[in-house]
Amino acid sequence: MSLLTKSAIRSSSGYGCRIGVRPLVQQLRFNSSTNPNNSNETTHFGFKTVNKEDKEKLVGGVFSSVASKYDVMNDAMSMGVHRLWKSHFINRLDAGMRPGSNRGLDFLDVAGGTGDIAFGLLDHAERKFNDTSSTMTVADINADMLREGEKRFQSTRWNDGSDRVKFLVQNGEILDQIPDNSKDVYTIAFGIRNFTDVQAGLNAAYRVLRPGGIFACLEFSQVDNPAIDYIYQAYSFSLLPLMGQLIADDRDSYQYLVESIRKFPKQEEFKSMIEKAGFYVPEKGYENLTFGVAAIHIGVKL
Amino acid sequence: MIGNRIASRGSLSVANLSQTRQFVLTAAVTAIGSLLFSENNRLASKMEEGELHNKFNERRSNVVDKPLFTRPQPNYPGHIPLYTYEKLLMFVGSSIGSFFHPERNEFIVALGESSAISPILRALQRKMLADPTGRQILRERPRMTSTSLDLEYLRQLPTNSIGNTYVRWLDREGVSPDTRVPVRYIDDEELAYIYQRYRECHDFYHAVTGLPIIIEGEISVKVFEFMNIGMPMSGLGALFAPLRLKKSQKERLYNIYYPWAVKSGLNSKPLINVYWENILEQDIDEFRKEMGIETPPDLRNLRKAYFEKLKKEKKIV
Repeated sequence: MSLLTKSAIRSSSGYGCRIGVRPLVQQLRFNSSTNPNNSNETTHFGFKTVNKEDKEKLVGGVFSSVASKYDVMNDAMSMGVHRLWKSHFINRLDAGMRPGSNRGLDFLDVAGGTGDIAFGLLDHAERKFNDTSSTMTVADINADMLREGEKRFQSTRWNDGSDRVKFLVQNGEILDQIPDNSKDVYTIAFGIRNFTDVQAGLNAAYRVLRPGGIFACLEFSQVDNPAIDYIYQAYSFSLLPLMGQLIADDRDSYQYLVESIRKFPKQEEFKSMIEKAGFYVPEKGYENLTFGVAAIHIGVKL
Repeated sequence: MIGNRIASRGSLSVANLSQTRQFVLTAAVTAIGSLLFSENNRLASKMEEGELHNKFNERRSNVVDKPLFTRPQPNYPGHIPLYTYEKLLMFVGSSIGSFFHPERNEFIVALGESSAISPILRALQRKMLADPTGRQILRERPRMTSTSLDLEYLRQLPTNSIGNTYVRWLDREGVSPDTRVPVRYIDDEELAYIYQRYRECHDFYHAVTGLPIIIEGEISVKVFEFMNIGMPMSGLGALFAPLRLKKSQKERLYNIYYPWAVKSGLNSKPLINVYWENILEQDIDEFRKEMGIETPPDLRNLRKAYFEKLKKEKKIV
């Protein structure tokens, strides 16, 4: 069993920030050594090895600490390209209630905390198809990220009291508050990488989608071209944590981010996992963006 | 004659021989090579290496698992060994950040660690090693944590003791002696400890000189530190930080506090060699006289007097 060091959770700065962090680390150590049901199964947390049951809490700690500066950091790190990725993702999905159909669509955006994909989807549906009846459920395991999304929701035009948009704190691997066969579109952007059990997340996606429903995943992936890969890795391992340190005062969370990108399965392997969950994956099943830095994976539940 | 014939034949046959040798060598190489590197042999060695049947999977997984960017091993827990270009970038980024936002701790931390280059820390290490108390500090490596300084005990000490002055300064400024951020980017282990010690003693320098934590007070302490200890970050702060201040603040700094800081810093004994934890009961005036530190005029009172004067002037005018 490996020990969790304080560097696995963000280091604190200034006065008094350390108090919240130390008890968490001590508590995790206490639990894992005295719990008789400890299965001792380990998984990766970036490049570190941690107990499977601890990964969720560690990831939760990371996202609670990045929540407030999330969008600023995304813009700084990707130099704005993440906006292009996300709008291409939304345009390609082209989701919305077509004129002449009798019911609106039910969207589910998982790990959608701050809500940019969710609002983008609704916006696209309304602008392109005049769809004002589709519903959107934003689910995120982290309440702090969800709170950021709710804050942003207050100023959007969907905050009109019509109950179209719901925010739920849900674990993407279980989705216990979402009934089977109830959603038409399941989207997850830059979230599935943080799941402890990615296959369970895909299986849950399969469960909640209606037949004919679409699973769409936008995630960081591996770059094929070795020359570009070298530049990309040098950039992500040296500059991104430095930006995290100077802009967000949190080097460790961004170090975790770049390490978790390396650990995520390659395009073909992830495509096989989607097929294993039961989805039909149309050839070729994924689209590389920016040389493979990000990839869109699609699956259809038949 | 025979010799001539032989010689003549020899010259011809030497040429012949070299040509023959060339031909023979080439033919031999080709023949043996084709035996050694025949298609079957090549495929057999590939199969031995495991490249023949698992060619697609093996190669792919090897390419992905080996990270192209690796760091050297850390020298102490929490150490992040940075490459030179990263330290440079951190220096540039944090100096811009700390100029515009000196209140944000992360910029000061990054600027300090990226500018505390090896030669300077080594000079400081030599200074410490030359003094018996400095050597004791390096041997025992005391760290100031929230538990190592018992505030209640310090409050009970006589008023003129160092510990009591420190605790009263903390109360007056409204801060607590929380642990300072651990050093992470300095490569040598002992130099990292020296920098950590410098960081943790900062509050004591404030307490001994009586300077508050407002920006003018911090700048003054930084100049004092720079003149005494020589950390580049404090020097940079002394040069650039006052540029953002108001005119009245600048006047006060340049006319009163800078001359005091330079004189006191240069004339006093090295502050890095003070074992603060052991002298908490010592009388502070004795300590100041021993070290050669003068106290500057009280900054908060000066500012209060200045603002009252302004108020009066506004009332009159």
